[in-house]
Amino acid sequence: MAGFQFWKKKASQDEVAAPVESTAEQVVESPVELEAEVVSKPAEPAAKKVAVEAVELPKRSLAKGVRSLFARIKFNPENLDELEDILIQGDFGVDASLEIVTEVKQRAKMAGAQTEQELKDILVAVLVDKLERSDKDLKLDGKKFPYVFLVVGVNGVGKTTTIGKLAKWLTDGEWNVVIGAADTFRAAAVDQIATWAERASAVLVRPKTEGQDPASVAFEAVELGVKTDADIVIIDTAGRLQNKTDLMDELGKIRRVIEKQTEITEVLLVLDATTGQNGLAQAKAFAEIANVTGVVLTKLDGTARGGIVFAIQQQLGIPVKLVGVGEGINDFAFFDATEFSRGLVA
Amino acid sequence: MFGNLSDRLVETFKNLRTKGKLSPADIDATLREIRRALLEADVALDVVKAFTTSVRDRALGDEVSKALNPAQQVVQIVNEELVVILGGEQRKLSFSKQPPTVIMLAGLQGAGKTTLAGKLAKWLKDQGETPLLVAADLQRPNAVNQLQVVGERAGVSVFAPEPGNGKGDPVKVSKEGIKHAKQKLFSVVIVDTAGRLGIDEEMMTQARNIRKAVDPDEVLFVVDAMLGQDAVNVAKAFEDGVGITGVVLTKLDGDARGGAALSVASVTGRPILFSSTGEGLDAFEPFYPDRMASRILDLGDVLTLIEQTQKAFDEEESLKLAQKLANETFTLEDFMDQMQQLRKMGSLKSMLAMMPGAGQMRQQLENFDEREIDRTEAIIRSMTPMERRQPKVLNGSRRLRIARGSGMTVTDVNSLVNRFEQAAKMMKTVAKGGVPQMPGMPTGMGGGFGGVKKAKNKGKKPSSKSGNPAKRAADEVAKVTGQLPSSQSNNGAGSAFGLGD
Repeated sequence: MAGFQFWKKKASQDEVAAPVESTAEQVVESPVELEAEVVSKPAEPAAKKVAVEAVELPKRSLAKGVRSLFARIKFNPENLDELEDILIQGDFGVDASLEIVTEVKQRAKMAGAQTEQELKDILVAVLVDKLERSDKDLKLDGKKFPYVFLVVGVNGVGKTTTIGKLAKWLTDGEWNVVIGAADTFRAAAVDQIATWAERASAVLVRPKTEGQDPASVAFEAVELGVKTDADIVIIDTAGRLQNKTDLMDELGKIRRVIEKQTEITEVLLVLDATTGQNGLAQAKAFAEIANVTGVVLTKLDGTARGGIVFAIQQQLGIPVKLVGVGEGINDFAFFDATEFSRGLVA
Repeated sequence: MFGNLSDRLVETFKNLRTKGKLSPADIDATLREIRRALLEADVALDVVKAFTTSVRDRALGDEVSKALNPAQQVVQIVNEELVVILGGEQRKLSFSKQPPTVIMLAGLQGAGKTTLAGKLAKWLKDQGETPLLVAADLQRPNAVNQLQVVGERAGVSVFAPEPGNGKGDPVKVSKEGIKHAKQKLFSVVIVDTAGRLGIDEEMMTQARNIRKAVDPDEVLFVVDAMLGQDAVNVAKAFEDGVGITGVVLTKLDGDARGGAALSVASVTGRPILFSSTGEGLDAFEPFYPDRMASRILDLGDVLTLIEQTQKAFDEEESLKLAQKLANETFTLEDFMDQMQQLRKMGSLKSMLAMMPGAGQMRQQLENFDEREIDRTEAIIRSMTPMERRQPKVLNGSRRLRIARGSGMTVTDVNSLVNRFEQAAKMMKTVAKGGVPQMPGMPTGMGGGFGGVKKAKNKGKKPSSKSGNPAKRAADEVAKVTGQLPSSQSNNGAGSAFGLGD
């Protein structure tokens, strides 16, 4: 469908902008008078959001171990140590696993929980309590447009694919999406994000020269987003290992350059669910340099559980916001602690 | 810096010096610490369990009960056992008697297969082979483009008849790639395939079919060093689903401890052939089991360090320093002297690379700013001789004066003094003939001290690293300067660690 472009006018928050059909060209030539009248959009972008069905999280199966654990009717503390093992195998980490099992044991004792179902329910409850956060929603309700998302993470985690998925979801909801191809390092990275931008019907801002400074590409993307009155600008960055100071400094620079133009709405750290304890180190380092606001946990469609997000949420207070469950453009879901926990304990 | 494991074991065995012998309970306590350390290093739980069981048997024996330092002896056993698992099957790349040699790459999404393909190709080319890259990942957007760019940079040909992005049949492409290689007389074919999940039936079937089509001499399982507990599941799936002949560990320039290496080696019994240590085409080396074992245990490649520093350090200087340690008169001035000595050695970076925890520091080292030494020196020079000898007198106003005089901040001064104090403390312990000893040392060197003392720097625990990358680098310098060489001869033990001369 032809992209809709909301006509900008000096409006109060109550006025709803009337839709105007734009030309086929996504880039709208903004008349000068419009630029001068950058106004805030109606406070409810929900109107633009299509109620896209979030993909159902795949059922995680701790079932085997837990089931055998609670096969007996009587509550036996020794069995719960096996639960600790199971949690460790889900990459929760030694400490978190112990913490969870300790809590389960306590609650079980107080509640006199004995049956498999009761204990499972307690486990789910404990997990939900610890994983549930009020700030888990993707920030898509601000007043100032365009929103800016900066996507960061180590190599190979799925940043570019995630951007493709997000962009599509947004464009399906009639958002105007600009993507900044600020991975100017990796071979064919720009081509890769270009493919996703095309699939998602998003506008792509490419580097003008090979190996261009990523911060300047980010700048140009935000600039275009502002100029064309886009709804959101999503910046892809090169994968970088968190112990590489020069690369982390570069990321800091990218962030600062964007912040000179506008506020960054979300800094999403993309984390591979197969990552072990190093995930926490990743989160710490990226949080420090880039002010991460949310985690995208990818590749959850495999056998890994991504238990490290537990520690990340607990120790760093960074919420998991999205999960990736496949290579397809629709293969993602919004994180829900209850669904996640139930799936883990199914 | 000699790892949480060493520290913790020392704690566990504090009482032993009086007791003298290790009981089974003591062994179990040790094994619990080792278990924890391995789990924190992401070794899969089942592998940890099997491993600690086998270590336990050895640990109950004489070699531990008669050792001067049982804790240290147990760590040594663990280290040795790890090396056996990691390196037991060590071998070189298999070449075919009838060219072309075919190497198939397989692994999860994002493991680094395509990047590796380029490195492997370049490495082989440098050895006189004529490699051909085959673009059989027709799934991930622009994977074919990526391989083409990689091939170009490596100066090798790429066979990419299909554009990918969902178009084309990978099995067919692989087959044709081999045919093409035979026709054009390439000596090696490297088949890059799409990343796939072990539980994806369809994709695993495809992988099997690619394998059948190309009849590879090697199927290399490419594994990300940061892979966690899932390593066992993934390894099993690929071993059963495709069949692998060898393993390559990637992203070892990160600071992940790399326990997945042990998991994969244990589960598949296949050798780890190569280490990928960066994004550049040359960041590629043979896999060294001993180094990996040290990395997993966070022990560091200490022997190499000693070997190399021996050559560079003045023996006399070392003796003098040992004297100071013995007399507990190590001052900030000595600290500064040591740093200058290190700089004299030339390659501060390559030396630092051999320090314990190097995996964590490696890229920091790449960017290590030798000006950090200048800055530290500036601070020390702004101190009076008395302050350098007795840092305890450094109160607030003195620190402020020093900061101003050196153009630094008081925080910088504080940081330096802390680091120095830690180093000095460690050296005091060592000077008194105490632990921690350097694990992994040949038994001839264990325990006693000759005329020259070895210094150890416990340093900070990893979790207390500064968030400031520059500060972190500075911290590492301090750790280094606490790490002093021994001028004792090494009995050629370095060669036991698989390092060429």
